[in-house]
Amino acid sequence: MSDQIVFLLQLVITGVAVGAVYSLMALGFVLIYKASTVVNFGPGELVLFGAYVAWATILNMKLHLAVALPLTLVVAILLGLVIERGVLRPLIGEPIISVIMVTFGFASVVRGVLNMTWGSDTRPFPALFSSQPFHLGPVPVSPVHLWSFVTVMVLLAAFSLFFKYSLIGTAMRATADNQQVAQSLGVSVKGVFALSWCIATVVSALGGIILGSVRGGVDFSLADYGLKVFPVVILGGLDSVAGVIVSGVIIGVLENLSGGYLDPIFGGGVKEVAPFVVLVLILMIRPYGLFGRKDVERV
Amino acid sequence: MQSGDFRVTYASDERIFETRLPIVALVGLLAALAFVPLVAGTYWLDVLNRIGIAIIGAIGLNILVGFTGQISIGHAAFLAVGAYSTAIFETKAGLPFWLAIPLAAAVTSVFGLVFGVPALRLKGLYLAIATLAAHFITTYGIIHWERMTNGVLGFNVAPATVFGLPLDSDARIFYLIFALVVPAVFFAKNLFRTRVGRAFIAVRDRDVAASVIGVSLYRYKLLAFVISSFYAGVAGGLMAHHSRIVFPDAFSLLVAIDYLAMIIIGGMGSILGSIYGAAFMTLLPEVLKLSATSLTGVYPNAFGLIASARDIVFGLAIIFFLMYEPQGLARIWMRFRSYWKLWPYAY
Repeated sequence: MSDQIVFLLQLVITGVAVGAVYSLMALGFVLIYKASTVVNFGPGELVLFGAYVAWATILNMKLHLAVALPLTLVVAILLGLVIERGVLRPLIGEPIISVIMVTFGFASVVRGVLNMTWGSDTRPFPALFSSQPFHLGPVPVSPVHLWSFVTVMVLLAAFSLFFKYSLIGTAMRATADNQQVAQSLGVSVKGVFALSWCIATVVSALGGIILGSVRGGVDFSLADYGLKVFPVVILGGLDSVAGVIVSGVIIGVLENLSGGYLDPIFGGGVKEVAPFVVLVLILMIRPYGLFGRKDVERV
Repeated sequence: MQSGDFRVTYASDERIFETRLPIVALVGLLAALAFVPLVAGTYWLDVLNRIGIAIIGAIGLNILVGFTGQISIGHAAFLAVGAYSTAIFETKAGLPFWLAIPLAAAVTSVFGLVFGVPALRLKGLYLAIATLAAHFITTYGIIHWERMTNGVLGFNVAPATVFGLPLDSDARIFYLIFALVVPAVFFAKNLFRTRVGRAFIAVRDRDVAASVIGVSLYRYKLLAFVISSFYAGVAGGLMAHHSRIVFPDAFSLLVAIDYLAMIIIGGMGSILGSIYGAAFMTLLPEVLKLSATSLTGVYPNAFGLIASARDIVFGLAIIFFLMYEPQGLARIWMRFRSYWKLWPYAY
């Protein structure tokens, strides 16, 4: 196989691996939107939070991985509860701008607290998977990418089953479908809001941990990965769980391909901006995305 | 004593000042402003200058978000375009500042017009997300269009000169900034007594109803973007002259959030609120800095924590205002004033 095809395949494989993590983070984002029509403008800070807490428990407090990971997730759940109960519930029914700004507000608090506690230096992150590449045919694949992809797929499958079969999952879908009807049937809508925030903080934390181990370190630039959920959710449709799983991978591959092929032409950094160009194009052409409900608000 | 607020003519309804006292107070304030550079130290002059620039930018954003209801997270991009065009007009085309700043503001308006096109199809959350994306695309363009913008290095801007006098000190640039702040405030205040301003408010309150009574949504939404970005262009041009360097990092997403916070904290849909918000957001880090300086005796590390303390206080302030005083400082001031108007007979 020629070098060019190997290059292409490598870009695609890395893109799929990173894109899967985007899907995971975007899942939390979409759940919040479906349940409470709140758009979280601080997804990056949730990712940072998970990564920093994981770093602190694993490397700083030297806990065993089997203790540290659940501990991180419990802390993430607590953060989700605090955000929902303390910040968003009082603002139910307020104008969109207030809800948007309040998510910026708590994102700023989270960033400040992280910075104050652990400083802004890059912290080495434990490699949860080996980085010694193996060869899939002629294409070198690094196990980090493979395992992060597998982990994400397992998690996404677990979430799908949870939504489809469990009672709580059904309640969440009911709430997303019609709040009033769900409430009249005995679903605790507030509970669903809280749960969706907890799931969001948990998947963001997991995303942060995976990204941290892929990059081998955590610092505040991890938050930029969190912002990639915007292109993902718009492409997939703001209220579609299936959509984000597909579009996360699409965005991941697309940013890698554009980075690989367009960087020499535009002088670098295309990878960072390409998803946002896609976002604007999708919004202009098909604002409900690939799988979203078509009753999107249009002027 | 008047027992109610009776307005029997249109003229009295549209009046900006209801009594003569505010006019006297305002003239006094403006006169006092003229003497500020003679008495204030460079530190406070610098703070005042930044407040002045923030006022212009915040009024621009408030016209768009607070009065017209078009949520934009792209204000930093407008400021960047204003600052960069000013720098390019001056350093590459050799224009004097009094030509470069208006031209830059015009360029920014055109940019705002393009920026506003998504608003014709999208609203609310979707518009906010679109402007967020537009911010990143603009920043990318600024960093990578190196032949025009010098990339990450940016520009050094020479001080503006008025009749051969370089405005190179805080005291001198103070006059330039406030010579623009005053008309900016008065234009905005008057804008909302005209058809255009009232159309903006109608679009914000209920766009369908506005279009039914003959307000062209198409035209007024774009016009709001144009006016807003004109203000941002002026503010950006002043930033270029105040800090005298223009570089991409000065216009990050955080700047856009800062400006949104200014109008939330100051008061959405209030010109005075924009002024209070601009002052609040500019003074906040300074107050933290001062308190850190006084704390260094007790806690030597205090200075290193300013940046993160600022983030925390800033976030808490936004959350606090949204929960307990959604109409911001402007509303607090109104309550304060009406309390003292009737004091000690509070009924």
